[in-house]
Parts: sequence; structure tokens; C-alpha cells
Amino acid sequence: MSDPHVPEPVLEVSGLSVEYVLDRGVARAVDDVSFTVGRGEFLGIVGESGCGKSTLLFAVAQLLAPPARVEAGSVRFKGTSLVGLTDKQLAATRWRDLSVVMQSAMNALNPVKSIGAQFKDALRAHGVRRSDEIAARSAEVLRMVGIDPAHLRSYPHQLSGGMRQRAMIAMAMLFTPELVIMDEPTSALDVVAQRSLMVQIKELQEAYRFAVIFVTHDMSLISHFSDRLMVMYAGQVSEIGATRTVFDAPRHPYTQGLLDAFPSIRGAKVPLKGIPGSPPNLAMIPNGCRFHPRCPVAFDRCSVEAPDLYQQDGSLVRCLLYDDAASGSSSPAPTGGRADA
Amino acid sequence: MPDDPGQELLKAEHLTKHFKIGGALARHTLHAVDDVNFSIGRREIVALAGESGSGKSTIARLLARVYKPTAGEISYEGKPLSRLRSRRDRLRYSGQVPMVFQDPFSSLNPVFRASHGVLRSLKLHRPELSESQRRDEAARVFGVVGLDSEMLQRFAYELSGGQRQRVGFAQALVTRPKLILADEPVSMLDVSIRIGLLNLMAKLRDEENVSILYITHDIASARYVADRLIVMYAGQIAESGPIEDVLASPKHPYTQLLLSAVPDPRAPLGVAAETDKGEPPKVIDPSPGCRFRWRCPLAIDTCSRVTPVLAELAPGHQAACHVAQSGAEVKAFSA
Amino acid sequence: MAATTLTVPASHVPVNSAARRIWRAVRRNRKATAGAVLLLLFCFLALFPGLIAHDSPTAEIYGRSMGVSSAHLLGTTAYGQDLFAQVVWGTRQVMIIAFGAGLAATAIAAIIGVTAAYVGGATDGVLNLITDVLLVIPLFPLLIVIAAYVQNSGTLVLITVLTLTGWSYTARQLRSQALSVRHRDFLEAAKVRGERAVYIVCVEILPTMTSLLVAAFLTNALYAVLFASSLQFIGLGDPNATSWGTMLYWAQNNEALQTGQYLWAVAPGVCIAALGAAFALLNYAFDEIGNPALRPVRKIRSKRVRPARS
Repeated sequence: MSDPHVPEPVLEVSGLSVEYVLDRGVARAVDDVSFTVGRGEFLGIVGESGCGKSTLLFAVAQLLAPPARVEAGSVRFKGTSLVGLTDKQLAATRWRDLSVVMQSAMNALNPVKSIGAQFKDALRAHGVRRSDEIAARSAEVLRMVGIDPAHLRSYPHQLSGGMRQRAMIAMAMLFTPELVIMDEPTSALDVVAQRSLMVQIKELQEAYRFAVIFVTHDMSLISHFSDRLMVMYAGQVSEIGATRTVFDAPRHPYTQGLLDAFPSIRGAKVPLKGIPGSPPNLAMIPNGCRFHPRCPVAFDRCSVEAPDLYQQDGSLVRCLLYDDAASGSSSPAPTGGRADA
Repeated sequence: MPDDPGQELLKAEHLTKHFKIGGALARHTLHAVDDVNFSIGRREIVALAGESGSGKSTIARLLARVYKPTAGEISYEGKPLSRLRSRRDRLRYSGQVPMVFQDPFSSLNPVFRASHGVLRSLKLHRPELSESQRRDEAARVFGVVGLDSEMLQRFAYELSGGQRQRVGFAQALVTRPKLILADEPVSMLDVSIRIGLLNLMAKLRDEENVSILYITHDIASARYVADRLIVMYAGQIAESGPIEDVLASPKHPYTQLLLSAVPDPRAPLGVAAETDKGEPPKVIDPSPGCRFRWRCPLAIDTCSRVTPVLAELAPGHQAACHVAQSGAEVKAFSA
Repeated sequence: MAATTLTVPASHVPVNSAARRIWRAVRRNRKATAGAVLLLLFCFLALFPGLIAHDSPTAEIYGRSMGVSSAHLLGTTAYGQDLFAQVVWGTRQVMIIAFGAGLAATAIAAIIGVTAAYVGGATDGVLNLITDVLLVIPLFPLLIVIAAYVQNSGTLVLITVLTLTGWSYTARQLRSQALSVRHRDFLEAAKVRGERAVYIVCVEILPTMTSLLVAAFLTNALYAVLFASSLQFIGLGDPNATSWGTMLYWAQNNEALQTGQYLWAVAPGVCIAALGAAFALLNYAFDEIGNPALRPVRKIRSKRVRPARS
């Protein structure tokens, strides 16, 4: 999807669909998702469990393994399609131009190797051989994230949770890539550590001008750091737009429900309702709009007709409330972009 | 506010729990909980908030008698727990003070149906009921927590996370408790589901006359349901009091730090302690003095020598901070 | 970076009933299906030997050392007994020993292993010590010593001896598995609501380990078949019993292989191997249940990726 708002796209995802092939049939975890990320842009992807955000991330980073597979669509990084490349071809791009930060450092870091050894592995894998270069760069990235380079000798279990996550980010920065993909890197941390890590990420981003895709379930956290926000529900994009717009004037009833579900520590105390019911079983998706069984403002068309993404004041919203095609005042957004095998 | 100020439901005095670390020849002690004093009244929800490592989960387990205190005493309805000797007394206490767990995906045995825990609790704690009475009671209590009685027949994997947590509350309710220990009951649930459980907790307090100790690291949800707030740091209580008072004018620098870090989508981001890296200490063989002093911008000389104790600074509102107790205005981290 | 597997959406978690899970795993895995078929065949032979072999296994009425013929499908022994009848009727004793010792050893392993894991502390230490001691002692020499000492060589004694020496291996496996579930919240919930430890071990923990218990049974049964036959082969079984191991004993006594009576040794040998293989093959299905990463990945028919919907 060529979004005219986004200058110099670094990543273009177009019509991406990911399926899980299971004994009882096929479950579509990601359905026809399109978005673009511009140079230096911070895109937040928000959604609850089962919305497909992690699957989407893995698909973009080409980390899917059977029974998951890309069923349709394309992922283009700086013009080159990533889907269909071999591991060897991908290896050139990985880490140099595109790196990934996982949810739990303890799962991603090798517990029996020191941090320095792991940085060395990554550096050597991409052609940096001289030990003085390796040492210098390793120390430099640790300082970038606020860790004393003496910790190059430490093992992951010797660092606290917050420090481990920072080490992960340092590792992702080894080649100052153009795009860093982060899968809930703060969810295992406490609120103070979370805040501190987010500020660190934002500072790094502003200093080195890389783009970030940040997947999280914590909408209130991301709201202060992202430029644009994409809300996912049941495998689809339900709303995407500038962060402040999405927060101050949420269009999709799901986004409104989500925002209403956050109690506030300041201001008046009001009774909240949350969103009744639960997200649909991906193998048995409701007809029409996927959110309609839980939507407080659903009307009769919603159970029959699946909405497209409609333009509304610079945001895209997947809701029939904004389909004024009949009256001609709004139109479905073009989901074009050339398809690639 | 407690209905009956004369008798508190549960009282902890100088509660302490230490763990020996390093195996059988341990030389180091982890001070998980140190000299904690608090009480819980009837019909109130008390939020126990803190980061991981603050000791809040250990306190829940001390109250549930999973751990035995290293020092100090817990009294329930005036009687100390250490005096509970017979199996009957202990069973009675566990019925009156049950626990709800954090992880909806491991709190129900996958081999059994959802009714299993409820029926077992009934069998153990209310043996006078006949089998059909037990089934009726199970259906009734499922209804109280907002579950359809047909869900009794479902297996755990057929229920969503929110539904499983409601089953957890049903298991606690069925023994007619006075105090439920809820250990981070909503942390692992989706945001849109949390509100439903929080509303349920408020309903249990109002309609079933149950007190709840709500352990959490999420201050915003604490504000939504709780009457009082206890803030813990490194095994000790930093501040406690009526929740609106504590949030409106926090007296302890740590409370201020915590509040400044809580993101609020409706408010612009405040300028918080950018230099604070968010590392709570591991309290191993601690020296005397305030445990927050390394992160506190207001630390004075006394803070390194004397461990502060809770003192009342406003009606019902206590804080353990030398600077606050000296009468000075504490403005360490702005929200 | 290696590709990671994602968790499948919760709605697709397979049906919980252990029996159904086991049935599916056996059906899906070719090795396990082969093993199941073999085992069923042997069960049938053990239950209804008379339907297959019409001659008496013990009657020494036939011609001696006769070759294969339509009257004697495998020939006869040096004592004039029909080999085919002996093989078929011998199945029964072997199966009784396999199932008897297998079940008993598994039961002991389960109780000891899970109790050690759940109770922990000093109890765990003591039980571990006993288990480890038994593991370290070479089993076959121990079996020989015990069997020779006991003198009485009936089936029940064999089963007892095999059980007492065989439980330790699977006890370790079951203990490891129990350790990994020990911290599940539902066990803590059971403890907090006042359940006794015995109840927790038997009702809350063991049923969650069904697949592993079946796998342990298969291991113990396999062990029982092989070692029982070996003991009988060296003469420590009851030489008058009809069993594959005793056939080997008599074949050895009469120098069957040297005198060209190959079938007398080979036929029971093949049966022992086949029954052992049946148990081992079935175990493959359980490896998969325990560790889904071992499941064969269905080849996804490669499809050209469709263009994006416009």
C-alpha cells in the first residue's frame, strides 16, 4: 500500500496473509494486512492476544516455521521483496539492515555464553573479524544503552531483567540497522524499568534515525512514543493513523473500547465497562465484521458485510460506520501495491 | 472503610521472612519481607503494590500459610496463626482466607472439568452438604462470578483467560471466605477483559461482604477498585493509606517515582526521572538504612544509617521516610 | 537467527482426553501403528492359542527333529514336540510377565518418582539415593544372583524380581517430569485449599502425566520381556514351562544350532525380538506426545503466493 503520508518507505507490507495449517483445517492468523513504515518512523502495533500481531512480526522478519506460512501478499524492504528469499540471501539483510528484539531476553540470549561472546558471534557472522574492531563496537553499543562495558564479560543470568532487555537492544544496534522490529520487549519489566527502557529506545531512535516497529498489548505505554499506531483485531487491521489522532479521536468501536478499558490514576474515577465477550476463534470467524458480536454500535449490515478499510481524516478505519460509498463522501482505501510471488 | 473498626479481620505485626540462599551451606540471607506491619478490615479492598522483588507475593504466601514467618505474627480475627495446630483449624482458616492465582493458564488442572476445584473445596470445607447440594452451590457461585452454570462441565482449555480467572474466584468464594488473597489476578489478562474482573472484585466486596487483598504492580487498576493502598519497596512498606490520599499527595519518594512512571494515555508524558534505570535492589544481607537511598534524590545522612519506620503523616496515611517525617516537603519525582 | 515456532492459537489445542490423544498419536505415526499391530497380534496369540496351534506344545509324540512340513509348520524339537505349538502357546507366559512386571514396575516408579518430586527435601534425597543405587548396580548380574538365590522359579517370582530391579529407571524419568509441573498454580491451589499430599500426588499430578506413564509402561514391559527370556535362557526359569526363553534353553542344551535344528533357536528368538520391537515402536508415538517438536511436519503443498487482494 503506497501511503502518501509516509516519505521514503523502508518497509512496505502489502496484502499479507499468514495461515496455520492444522489437522482440523486452516486458521488465518493474519488477514490481508498492509502498512508502510517510513525512514526513522516509529510505528506501534497494538492488539490483544490472538490478534495476530506476533505472527505478523514473525512473517515480516521471515521467521515463520511450519505449520505457519505466508499465504498471500508481499513484504518489501527498501524495494526488495523478502518473501521467497533463501536463508543465505536473507542473511545479508538480517542484522545489517533489519534486526529483531524479542519479547524475553532470557529466551533470546544464549544462557551459557557471555554477552561479549554473543556480540562477537553476531559481528563475525557479518564479516567483522578483527578483535579490536569487535571489542570497540561491542563496548560502544553497550554504552549506547547505558550499560557499563565491563558487563561484556557477564552472563545473561547475572544481569537484571531491565539490563538484559537493554543488552538485547544493544545487540540489535550492532550494525545500526535501518529498521528494528521489537516484539513486546517491555512486557516482562516493571513499570519504572519499562518507562526507562522506552525512553532509551526513543533516544536511540532519534540519534540514529532508524525506523521501529513496536508490537505491544500496552496501548497506554506506546501512546507516548509512537508516531503512528496500528490497531489489530482478529488478524486484521482495524484502525491505523497518527498516534495522537487515534488516541484523541478513536474511530473504530474496538479502539474506543480499548481506550476505555484503561483506568486512570489521575482525574475523576469513573466506572468502566471494558469490552464484553472475547476475541473470535480464528478457525470460526463470524460473518461480516469480525468485531460485530462485541460491538456496542453494531447495526444490521455489520453481521453480513465485511468492512474494508475506509479513509477518515487521515486515518484508515475498518468499520461500516465510515463507509459512505453510497453517499460518495468517503471511499475504501486502495489496498494496491504490486503483488509479488 | 471497615464496617467494624473494633476488630480488624487480619493483622500482621513485624512480619519477616528470610530465605537462605546458596544451598545447604548457605551463607547469605535474602530478606524478602522485613518488619512489615499492616491490617485489613472487613469489607474493604486493600491494594498491595510494588515492583517484582518488593515482597508482595511473599506476603500473600505468608498469609496463605504456604510459608512460615521467620519472625513476627499474623493474627486472624484476633487469634495468632501460629496457634493453629489441628487439621480442622488449619482447614477452617484456608476456607476463610483462600487465594486466587495469577496465571489463568496454569491455575486449573487441565485433566479435570471446571467444576473440579469448586466441588473439592466444598467437599473439604463444607462437608455437611450432600452431593446435590454441592452441585447447586457450585452453580450458584458460578452465577455470582458471572459464569453460566453450563460452564461447570467444560474443560479448562475450553475457557478463555478471563473465564478461568472467574473460575478461580468461584473456587475461593465457595468456602464463604472473609478475605480473598488475590495475587495479581488480572496481570495476565487482556486489557479489555481486566475491567470485568475488577468490577467483579468490587461486587464481591459490596454484595458478598468479602475483603480482598489485591496484589498488583498496576497502580491504575489498584485505584479503580481499592479502598486503601500499601506501597512496598525492597521488602518493606514505604507508604500506606487511603488510596485517593496516597495518589493525590504521595509522601514517599518511591511512591512518587512509581506514579510518575505510570503511563496515562489521556495525559501527556510527564518529565520523570530520566536517569533512574528502574532497578530495584536484591535485598541480600542488607545493612541498616533506607533501601531506597541509592535511587533517591533527597537522601540525607540519616538515610544511610537508620532504617526508617512507618509514621503517620496525615490521618490514616503513613510513610517510612526520614525526610518526609522531618516535616519537609517531599518532591522527588514530578508526575 | 533460527526460526522459532509460534504458539498455535489456543482454540486449536487438541482434545484433552488422554485416550484420544494416545489413539491419534499412534494412528498418525507409522512406526507406532506397526508396533500396535504387532502387539495386538501377540495379545491374540496369548489369549487364544488354541485357535492357531492345534497341537499340544508339550506332547512328545511326534517324530524327532523333523523339518518344516504341513503338519509341523516349524518342524519338531529333539524331543518330538511341535515347535509351532510351542511358540504359540509360549506367548502367554511371556505376555503375562511383560504386562505384570511392566505394570507393577510402572506403578512403583510413579509413586516413588512423583512423591520425591512433590514432597522434595529430605524425602526426595532418600528416595533418590535408593533409586540411584539401583540404577548403578548392573542389572543382569543382580537378576542372576537373586534368581539363583530364590531357587523357586515360577512366573510370579520372575515378575517380582523383575519389578524390584526394574522400577528405578523410569522412576527417574517420572520424577523429572513431575518436577517440571510442581510449580503449576493448580497444585499450589490444591495445597492452599487444604488437600493432603497423598491426594495431590495421586489425583492432581498423576493424571496429568498419563502419556508419560504409558511410555514408562512400554519401557518396563520391554525390559521385562528381554530379561525374563534371558534368565530363562540361562536356566534360572522353570525349565518345564512353555515359554520362548525356555525353548531357547532347551535348544541350547541340545546344541540346536550346531546340529542344524535352526528353527528351534531362531523361532523363539525372532518372537522375543518382535515383541520387544512392538513395545519399542509404540514408544515412538509417546515421544511425539511429550515433545511436539518431534512431530513429522506435513509437507505443505507449495503454492505460488497469490497476489494481494485488490
